[in-house]
Amino acid sequence: MSRQELLSPEGLRVDGRRPNELRRISCRASVLSSADGSSYYEQGNTKVLVAVYGPREPRQRNPALATEQAQINVEFNVAPFSTSERRRRSKGDKRLLEVAAFVRQTFEGAVQRSVYQRSQIDIYIHLLQNDGGTLEACVNAATLALVDAGISMVDYVCACTAGFVEETPVLDLCGVEEAAVETPDLTVAIMPRNGSIALLQMESRLHVSKLDDVMDLAIEGCKHIHTKLDNAVLAAANDLAEKLSH
Amino acid sequence: MQADNDFATDAELSSRIVTPGSAITSDPMYMRGHGTFTENDTIYSSVSGVVERINKLVSVRSLKQRYSGEVGDIVVGRITEVGSKRWRVDVNSRQDGVLMLSSINLPGGILRRKSESDELQMRTFFAEGDLVFAEVQLNTPAGLSLHTRSIQYGKLRNGQLVTVFPQLVPRSRNHFHSLPCGVDVVIGVNGYIWVSKQVPASKVEENAELIYSDKNDSISDHEREAIARVANCISLLNRLYVKITDASIMYAYEESLHHLVKDLLTKRVAVDLAHSVKSRLAQQS
Repeated sequence: MSRQELLSPEGLRVDGRRPNELRRISCRASVLSSADGSSYYEQGNTKVLVAVYGPREPRQRNPALATEQAQINVEFNVAPFSTSERRRRSKGDKRLLEVAAFVRQTFEGAVQRSVYQRSQIDIYIHLLQNDGGTLEACVNAATLALVDAGISMVDYVCACTAGFVEETPVLDLCGVEEAAVETPDLTVAIMPRNGSIALLQMESRLHVSKLDDVMDLAIEGCKHIHTKLDNAVLAAANDLAEKLSH
Repeated sequence: MQADNDFATDAELSSRIVTPGSAITSDPMYMRGHGTFTENDTIYSSVSGVVERINKLVSVRSLKQRYSGEVGDIVVGRITEVGSKRWRVDVNSRQDGVLMLSSINLPGGILRRKSESDELQMRTFFAEGDLVFAEVQLNTPAGLSLHTRSIQYGKLRNGQLVTVFPQLVPRSRNHFHSLPCGVDVVIGVNGYIWVSKQVPASKVEENAELIYSDKNDSISDHEREAIARVANCISLLNRLYVKITDASIMYAYEESLHHLVKDLLTKRVAVDLAHSVKSRLAQQS
């Protein structure tokens, strides 16, 4: 199999973007009526639906867990039709559990858990279509759904990926770029207000001298995503405020 | 991080829409309230909502949130668990509420201490799944404590439950309404609304023995239709995100009379109805 060219001589990527361009993002809050908070998030062809329930009575009343802080539960589900090859995944799939654990750890830092004592917040993430950047899409969509549920958070959590292709840092890898064996793929989540890092994940090797460039690019992407999310939240809030004022 | 200087002017402080992490003020004269936190002497919002200022207290009211109880609130809840000397009640809040055996009325309104035999027959008062109409007595970190020590509180029957956004229900003096259309509604502050057949007040006192009955009275087809119509009207008001009061329910009811009950929530009729209800509400205010 011939190696696919990820960056053309003109400096364009497989899907026609420049190295520092994000995919098209569209998102909406309050898409489900039965959940306390929900969101639908699209980044290119990656599509995620998130439902947040809570803070509510903990399901198993374990005295060891009956803490002064809210418990966060994350369940990550991948639709069988999310990739070009139909495939059903079991709930115990280690890859899925890992993504769920990353999301949980990220939000344990961002949600003001001490405000919600002895309660539980459930985040259900459904990946409807997968075209790379699963974790970033999950984090961004979950942020939107948590804000929609009116849960106190210190700040938004905005995630973005960046990779390194042919000596160039590239932003927001799509499925083809991510699948290429040699591309290192770094996911960063920041809290934009003070720029602190909430999540940092990379599974492949990247020379340490290149790390700063890739990180800076990813953080730049996170800031763009922050404005997108903020606009979606403001739109939803304005909509509700206007309806209530009648 | 130094916050911008232009946001702290007094006029801008209230009724401004903020999102999590946005700075509200760095003026040290203000105290932080709900929905905010401080960092480096600046007050930031932690939810998305409207800024409210009462004297020196700055808080953010979230536009969509779970119910958080206050003492004296009238709520409708569902029994989830029968424990020793207490029931756990789902009140659509952060935690389940607690209804103690000592804070209910006995059938017939007898006043006495609850004995061990009462403890053994707790399920004859409330069993799992029953709906109760209660008042919040205490609000502790462990949850809400409820009581049903009034003739009008107690088990709910003869009707159906409608769930709405809790912030649409304003706190008012009266949450139990006998609507002129022949339907009783209990508008719980927690967003649970009970719509039921009208029972005259005189009969309630007469039937004090029946307050824990599980049996419905006979409900005529006409009454059933009225109940269903009111329930659909409340669902419609909820979709429109309009405050739910006895007045707004009656407007919606009157406007809905041109349509069949089963059509009320279909898209075509709902849009039409929404328009007329909104214009009616605008006229009143």
